[in-house]
Amino acid sequence: MTVKELSDALELKVFYMEEEDREVEGGYCGDLLSWVMGRCPENVAWVTIMSNQNVAAVAVLCDPACTILSEGVTPDAELLERAEKQGVTLLGTDMDEYQLCWRIKELLG
Amino acid sequence: MDTVKLVYEIDGDNFSAAGEASTAVKRVLKKLKLPSAIVRRAVICMYEGEINMVIHADGGRAYVDVDEEKIVIRLEDRGPGIPDIDKAMQEGWSTASAEARNSGFGAGMGLPNMKRNSNDMKIETELGVGTTVTMTILFGGEAS
Ligand SMILES: Nc1ncnc2c1ncn2[C@@H]1O[C@H](COP(=O)(O)OP(=O)(O)OP(=O)(O)O)[C@@H](O)[C@H]1O
Ligand SMILES: [Mg+2]
Repeated sequence: MTVKELSDALELKVFYMEEEDREVEGGYCGDLLSWVMGRCPENVAWVTIMSNQNVAAVAVLCDPACTILSEGVTPDAELLERAEKQGVTLLGTDMDEYQLCWRIKELLG
Repeated sequence: MDTVKLVYEIDGDNFSAAGEASTAVKRVLKKLKLPSAIVRRAVICMYEGEINMVIHADGGRAYVDVDEEKIVIRLEDRGPGIPDIDKAMQEGWSTASAEARNSGFGAGMGLPNMKRNSNDMKIETELGVGTTVTMTILFGGEAS
């Protein structure tokens, strides 16, 4: 499933889209950035409630297919700017992390 | 491959901007066409070290040397030093400030991540003087 297909299926908000045809190969959920940094696989949908620009740094370094902010969180201005500059796909939803991960699992199987 | 030497100043003022040097290092390592597993390990080491310099030591300087067989990352700061290295190395141990925690740091996972993703890690530290962390990533070796 591509980032766009996932985003459409879950009616996600699109804060910034870098590569909508990129394949999503799984999911990962975490907010403590050095925990995520050590464990988040490439090409997944990374779910987090963090909204500062360190999210972009971790996403650039771990290279998930997309990053999804849950619980209605919106990226702060620096995060949005850095996501655009560094090519980090940033999506959002009002769902909490549990619901969102559940739906991602249903879609990806 | 020629030896590549990189130097980055790490700004200690603004920890929400931290990660710039790591991002730059990743770009260079990818250009050198190193295997992606090696790039990932080096980038984890660099990022965690960079963040530590910002949130615990008011910035510092990072030296990254790449030759045919290894990457050596040396992170030097003039921060407070680490009073108990064994404790600092434990997963979950953290003295991060409330502000740092609100930004998503303070899991106490940085130094363990650095150790796990390097083949060798050396910490030299003196209270009130500063800390130097040197990590080596061998192209031939598995992560430790
Ligand atoms: N460069 C440094 N100067 C002074 N103290 C440090 C330095 N690096 C680490 N420390 C100390 O070691 C502790 C553990 O570091 P570690 O990177 O493992 O966790 P953390 O930075 O607190 O949290 P995380 O890395 O998960 O965000 C820190 O909380 C701090 O007390
Ligand atoms: Mg740390």
